[in-house]
Amino acid sequence: MFLNLPFFVVVLLALIGIATILLKRNLIKIILGVTILASSVNLFLVTLGYREGGIAPIYTLAPGGVMVMPTPHALTLTNIVIGVATTALLLSFAIIIHRKYGTVNVDEIRELRE
Amino acid sequence: MIAAIIANAPALLIGIPLLGAFFSPLIGRISRDARALWVLAIITLTTLVGLLTAYLVYTGGTVIYVFGAAATTLSIPADSGGIPVRILLTLDALSALMVIITVTVGFSVILYSLSSDSRRSSLEAYYTLFLLMIASVLGMVGTGDIFNFFVFLEISSLAAAGLVAYKVEKGRAVEAGLKYLMVSMIGGIFFLFAIAILYGQYNALNIAMLARMIQWTPLDKLALVLMITALAAKCGAVPMHFWTPDAYSMAPSAVTAMLVVVSQASLYGLFRICFTLYGLSLSYVVIGWVIIILGLLSMVVGVTMAIPQKDIKRLMAYHAVSQTGYMLLGVGVGLAVLGDQALLSSFGMTAMEGGIFHIMNHAIYKGLLFLTAGAIIYQVGTSDLNRMGGLGHRMKWTMIFFIIGALAIAGIPPFNGFASKFLIYESVFAFNPVLSIIAMVVSILTLASFVKVFHSVFMGPPLPEFQHVKEAPHTMLIGMTILAALVIISGIFPAFFVEHLIAPAAHALADQGAYLAAVLGGA
Repeated sequence: MFLNLPFFVVVLLALIGIATILLKRNLIKIILGVTILASSVNLFLVTLGYREGGIAPIYTLAPGGVMVMPTPHALTLTNIVIGVATTALLLSFAIIIHRKYGTVNVDEIRELRE
Repeated sequence: MIAAIIANAPALLIGIPLLGAFFSPLIGRISRDARALWVLAIITLTTLVGLLTAYLVYTGGTVIYVFGAAATTLSIPADSGGIPVRILLTLDALSALMVIITVTVGFSVILYSLSSDSRRSSLEAYYTLFLLMIASVLGMVGTGDIFNFFVFLEISSLAAAGLVAYKVEKGRAVEAGLKYLMVSMIGGIFFLFAIAILYGQYNALNIAMLARMIQWTPLDKLALVLMITALAAKCGAVPMHFWTPDAYSMAPSAVTAMLVVVSQASLYGLFRICFTLYGLSLSYVVIGWVIIILGLLSMVVGVTMAIPQKDIKRLMAYHAVSQTGYMLLGVGVGLAVLGDQALLSSFGMTAMEGGIFHIMNHAIYKGLLFLTAGAIIYQVGTSDLNRMGGLGHRMKWTMIFFIIGALAIAGIPPFNGFASKFLIYESVFAFNPVLSIIAMVVSILTLASFVKVFHSVFMGPPLPEFQHVKEAPHTMLIGMTILAALVIISGIFPAFFVEHLIAPAAHALADQGAYLAAVLGGA
């Protein structure tokens, strides 16, 4: 039960993220929702990589014992970097939209709908 | 030297545009011409390496390229216990076909954009993003590793969103870019969830390795649903198509032509995952029908939304959604009969060939159409169909290219759209006649819609406000000429293309065993 706890948190975070994206009308809050959703994947990856009693896979002066596989951490790190890039781009879009339209409410950002 | 290039061609294919992308702002400091020459040199090199790689694949079978190993073909190191631990590129015939499409369209649109976008004020980041987008597509179709696919998918989303928003246009282009990036990013997160689910179960990221172990457990089903959702959204299939008209219409025309290829690369990913990663382990009838229904919805909704549009690029964007439906329909029918060898060889393979041929044809004629639309907007200054008219007197070449593109998309012989659509009609009729009839009706509506566009843009007396309008500049015409020539050549000699390019690609897609054997060896 205790070992499965992180997976419940993953699902909870993902649901919070999706709910924020679907229910909020403020663009900045929607972008935050996307970030929360991305964090839930990161947590999922890290949890998958956890082994009880495992040590970091650094061979120099290793005390012996079970080493964890570093792949999930590499994946998480990559996703964090990608997440930073996309969040930055989304937020800069939001800034331009606020400057040009004077609002960040998605109901009012509808110049393109015909 | 030559041998080294041949041996490292798959890596160079991604490396050259990546390197070129990040050097172009530096070279742009010297002068605009230096940057234009640099971009042209990079895309020419990429095209040559791409064609070389495709040639190697078509003549010598699947090419494996392993990074950091003792030999570039050593996918499984001796001490790894039979697991491909390194990053590797796997190019089979389908990937090679996608590479050919990407480099030809990429080359034409870069030529075109060198003059069409020369009026823009800040071009520092423009070509960086453009080359980055081309590199990411080449990466998506070349990789043999599902996580790498995700990384290239995200690079393509970022680069494409930046380019869609490039013009700003009082915020409207940014709005389109925001929608595109939002959809792509949520799709990307779903995709990574699916990767994590698969990795958690099988401890592998290599597509071939996963394919060998995959079980079709409930978790695998969830992963497949997440991946199909992500990629269908990214390729603009109904009901996740709402970003397509905005992004396609607001992006600079050269970018739109390339965005079509980015969408096709996502489609490639969708097919790769269904056929190669899951293969016969999934319930192919159900998933096949899901893809067929996605295709049908895209065809019908796309074309009905296209008819009332007044903006030339928005109209073409809805047609792009509708044409994507044909590819999903063709390959979906192939998937639905994948397990039944008799049906597969009687019409399933033909349907897949039609779908894959349509990917190639669509990238070419849709690219051509968006480029003609760009030329018109460049000279006239408006994209509103109601304000255009009589341009046939002034822009004869553009008109000819538009006619070629429009007849190709409507599936009129002897242009290439007919060749692929005919394969789809014929084979889908054998599967289920109703689907084939719907496909034909959609084609007729497409023709009707383009007749309307042709009439309102080119026909009628020359309008006084367009007295100053001239033919498009030469580099734009050269870019369009390449694509128009390809439309005609592949329309007149479809048998040649099907036999030498399309059929090997369709067989590579259907034959999961060959892909696994190429990567994992033996068995």
